[in-house]
Amino acid sequence: MVSTLVAQAPEATVLSDELRAAIDREIARFPEPRGALLAALRLVQDELGCIAPPTARAVAEIFGLHPAEVLEVLSFYNLFHTEPQGRHEVRVCTNLACSLRGARTLLRELEEHLGIRAGQTTPDGRVTLGHEECLGACGYAPMLRIGDRYHEELDGPAARALVDGLP
Amino acid sequence: MGQTAPHVCGYLTERFSDDAFGSFAGYREAGGYETARHALNRMTPEEVIAVVKSSGLQGRGGASFPAGLKWSFMPTDDEGPSYLVCNADESEPGSFKDRLLMERGPHQLLEGLLIAAWAVGAETTFLYVRGEYAEAASVLARAIGEARAKGVLGPRALGSDFGHDVVLVRGAGAYICGEETGLLESLEGKKGQPRRKPPYPAQRGAFGRPTTVNNVETFCHVPHILKNGADWFRGIGTEQSPGTLLFGVSGHVVRPGLYELPLGTRLDEILFEYAGGVPGGRRVKGVIPGGISTPILPAGLLDVRMANEFLRERHTLLGTGGIMVMDETTCMVRVGCIASGFFRDESCGQCTQCREGTGWLDQLLHRLERGDGSDGDLALLGDVADKMEGGTICSFADAAAWPVQGLLRHFGDEFAGHVSARGCPLDQSFAL
Ligand SMILES: Cc1cc2nc3c(=O)[nH]c(=O)nc-3n(C[C@H](O)[C@H](O)[C@H](O)COP(=O)(O)O)c2cc1C
Ligand code: SF4
Repeated sequence: MVSTLVAQAPEATVLSDELRAAIDREIARFPEPRGALLAALRLVQDELGCIAPPTARAVAEIFGLHPAEVLEVLSFYNLFHTEPQGRHEVRVCTNLACSLRGARTLLRELEEHLGIRAGQTTPDGRVTLGHEECLGACGYAPMLRIGDRYHEELDGPAARALVDGLP
Repeated sequence: MGQTAPHVCGYLTERFSDDAFGSFAGYREAGGYETARHALNRMTPEEVIAVVKSSGLQGRGGASFPAGLKWSFMPTDDEGPSYLVCNADESEPGSFKDRLLMERGPHQLLEGLLIAAWAVGAETTFLYVRGEYAEAASVLARAIGEARAKGVLGPRALGSDFGHDVVLVRGAGAYICGEETGLLESLEGKKGQPRRKPPYPAQRGAFGRPTTVNNVETFCHVPHILKNGADWFRGIGTEQSPGTLLFGVSGHVVRPGLYELPLGTRLDEILFEYAGGVPGGRRVKGVIPGGISTPILPAGLLDVRMANEFLRERHTLLGTGGIMVMDETTCMVRVGCIASGFFRDESCGQCTQCREGTGWLDQLLHRLERGDGSDGDLALLGDVADKMEGGTICSFADAAAWPVQGLLRHFGDEFAGHVSARGCPLDQSFAL
């Protein structure tokens, strides 16, 4: 029983030296190493696209944590993904201020335009579409973000053009 | 990137349309960091706290707690390190002021942090920026770098004997990390689950050390207060709520955006005179005055001054000053659905009445909106909301209950109408 479990446990991903060095720099900024866990996960995700269980294992080893502790943190925060995402993450804010100005209609238009539902990725892996809670742009609604970038005061055609322009 | 300055500016934002203000050189040219230099070199921490106390500055993160009083809770006889935390997790729906304060005025914030750090004796500030605010984080990273290079931060900050550094930390997407002890957990690399209090952060905060937590906007007022004096600050706003506030106006208005106005400015004045009223000649139906957690006001109750002492009389609160406006087409059950969906998703799940209650509210509201609701569901909705209040680890559960209570208080007939009509009678409403 024990041996099967061990056999099933994924091998830890080997992180590049550059990534390791960047994580060490983050650790040095905190009074306790664990403070750097979110920063480390962000660095790893930026490089690898997502944090799959073997990667979480590697991060756990660096911080002296049980892999379950890292997975628990990963699932708590919306910005971390344990599965690969599309090349571009398109997230429409659907909280109240944006919805009052048509965000949910806009999201539906994008779903139709891309032929996928919110939460899905286009078959070519180009775009992951999703909705999101308030992004702090209520005065410039409706809006969406593509990766890190905000695009505000949108309408259907402008949003479609943005998405079509993504490589 | 939205706009570069508010529609109406005050002392916090008057230089925001000038790009140079965001740079170290431009900020210095405008006299920046001179107030901090004076405070660090010529004032004792007690003197700084005394000025902030007598200014009456209240926290701008939602709870309006007196800032000077909070600073005085920090132990003075403690041997080890203590910390300052800047809460830049801004994620209350309806609120978008801290983002601008960071993107356009990073050095104004840093100067406020430095003065506060001196006052509370903190060796390090953790500046916790919500994960989605990439632009703000990069502007701040650059500003911190400049401040270090010019000796504003470092072992001898601004030529004083006080050593200080600011550590930029980025969140990863969780509303509850805005609650100060949830934030502290997150800062320590954990899930952002709020802590039981006491101990309060001033006793045991970040990494087990005494810590003061304030909001971005709170810190931004501080250099102005020290420069111009407590009396000057008290001359702006109301007697109990001094200073300006960066109001964010959104929803069905002609000119949405930010307005820096004295506390106590009337809500109908902000809505109709500053923000241009409701577009298309439609009438206003309701206004959420301070972010999604604050109970709604119906059209007949908008002649209220925006400060807690007046808003409380109308069963609502100032919150973060995020004003959300809804016109006559708006279905208030849908408004409830959006609020409750948000709180259901963002509850950290530690307390049963919050975890279960937010789920119930969401289910009941959606049932009403679909036309499957009964009179019993309606009664249950009010009952669940009332039972969620009080007794949880943090006030998230209250914040989830308040909007529902406000909607039922002022729009109860519309909710009952959804039961009798077996669905939503408002066919012009925004889509859910
Ligand atoms: C659920 C919840 C969310 C909160 N979110 C924020 C936030 O995003 N930003 C903030 O400054 N304060 C937020 N607060 C308030 C903080 O707990 C804390 O009171 C504040 O940071 C103190 O700063 P201040 O006194 O300067 O306002 C939140 C509180 C609760 C209960
Ligand atoms: S009230 Fe809700 S959010 Fe706050 S600690 Fe309890 S479960 Fe978590």
